[in-house]
Amino acid sequence: MENDVIFIDVEKRMLTANGPMNLSVHTSIPSCELVALFGESGAGKTTLLRILAGLVTPDKGLIKFGSTIWFDSEKKINIPPQIRNISLMFQDYALFPNMTVEQNIQFAQPEKGQSKVDELLVLFGLTEFRKRKPTGLSGGQKQRVALARALARNPQLLLLDEPLSALDAEMRTTLQNEIAQAHQLLGVTTIMVSHDLNEVFRLATQVLCIENGSITRTGKPEEVFSDSSLSGKVQITGQIARIDKQDTINIVTVISGNKQIIKVIAFDSDLEDMKIGDRVMVFSKAFNPIITRLK
Amino acid sequence: MDPTFAQTLWLTLKLAVSTTAILMMIGLPFAYWMAYTKVRIKPLVEALVSMPMVLPPSVIGYYMLVIYSPRNWFGEWLGRIFDVRLAFSFEGVLIASVIFSLPFMIQPLHNGLRSLPDSLREASYTLGKSKGTTFLRVLLPNIKPSIITAVALTFAHSIGEFGIVLMVGGNMPGETRVASIAIYDEVQALNFEAANRYALILFLVSLVLLTTIYSINKKYDTWKMM
Repeated sequence: MENDVIFIDVEKRMLTANGPMNLSVHTSIPSCELVALFGESGAGKTTLLRILAGLVTPDKGLIKFGSTIWFDSEKKINIPPQIRNISLMFQDYALFPNMTVEQNIQFAQPEKGQSKVDELLVLFGLTEFRKRKPTGLSGGQKQRVALARALARNPQLLLLDEPLSALDAEMRTTLQNEIAQAHQLLGVTTIMVSHDLNEVFRLATQVLCIENGSITRTGKPEEVFSDSSLSGKVQITGQIARIDKQDTINIVTVISGNKQIIKVIAFDSDLEDMKIGDRVMVFSKAFNPIITRLK
Repeated sequence: MDPTFAQTLWLTLKLAVSTTAILMMIGLPFAYWMAYTKVRIKPLVEALVSMPMVLPPSVIGYYMLVIYSPRNWFGEWLGRIFDVRLAFSFEGVLIASVIFSLPFMIQPLHNGLRSLPDSLREASYTLGKSKGTTFLRVLLPNIKPSIITAVALTFAHSIGEFGIVLMVGGNMPGETRVASIAIYDEVQALNFEAANRYALILFLVSLVLLTTIYSINKKYDTWKMM
């Protein structure tokens, strides 16, 4: 297994909405993990994913999958996407409109085998839609077809580009479970682009935080997103949605996950380096939180 | 039926079918290349392809005649090696017609390919499929309306070809005298009844073709909305 580590050392100049940026990534990814690429939009997550897929060529560097070289600018090696044996699930799913659900899955198979197709249709609850074209499917169903198709290829690396971004909160939870299940079942190394903390915590075994084109932190989700020097008893991460100024204090509204809204009282001095949209951690030290089961 | 009339219609049909078939074979790979190439001279190539839409047929016809002429190296070479004379022959008219109808085939195909999301092509590549398989099984089936539009427009345009046929082919019965030329000829001869017959047939064929294109495209639009 040791030699299945993906080694990435690449640089790429890219143009983003905020001007030119240098994507510079040096990291390695162990096999069989579910790795989240986490960061703001425009940080270079999708580009890195497309570089791994072979759809974008880096300016220089080296990418190795185990002992196989995928890209080496010095030796002028650039293996095309077709023979990297990967599957990329696109943000817009990229289902082929001319093919039915079943044909989409069959198309991805390296060798035709109806039993594998049936297995995937059952696994993702798609059996009754097998003869339908993608245009007749809901967002959640399309996502399932895309995932089933990606797995039909038997990839050694599964790349997911914001797999759940187009879905509502409830559908997300269901499909997060399915991704986790598929990952456990097949044990395929998976890299998932995400900017949703909730998703990262639920699914990822490793996180790579990417900011302005470089990786700033790596590790397990709880290590990366919690500051270990704090002895807080409750820690919630979220985003500042509103700051209401009262007489001497401020009421800060923090949204955590998709549903939880927390109001925190803060002094002006606490908020000096914070603004709306910042990712923050809300924690408490003084009291013991009480836990109860949700009905 | 009057044999001259039948012969003219047959020649018109033969020219239109041959032009469309040849352009289909050239047009698909060419439109594919144009849709995805990154070469710098692409705007020039696009401009050249579209030239027949803005230039008078007489200009292109003139250049074709110059090229075909045995006094020119190409015409001389064709005559010497293959014993072929293109000026005022069906083959010469066919080549001119292919060049003149090029934009009507290329542009709908090019637009169709460009309107497909890049992710379709990329998804097929990442699933291990070659460029050829991707083109035949993913791209082409998803631009069916564009293919139908391209074929019908090319066919309709070739049927109505006038200026370039007159320039390159003249008015030789059984060789280059197509319906549009015949109309002109009959009107000149004040033979309005014959002109009327040709005109009516051209009018009806074009109307049927265009109505077919629009109804097919409407059907695909409705599918997309569903």
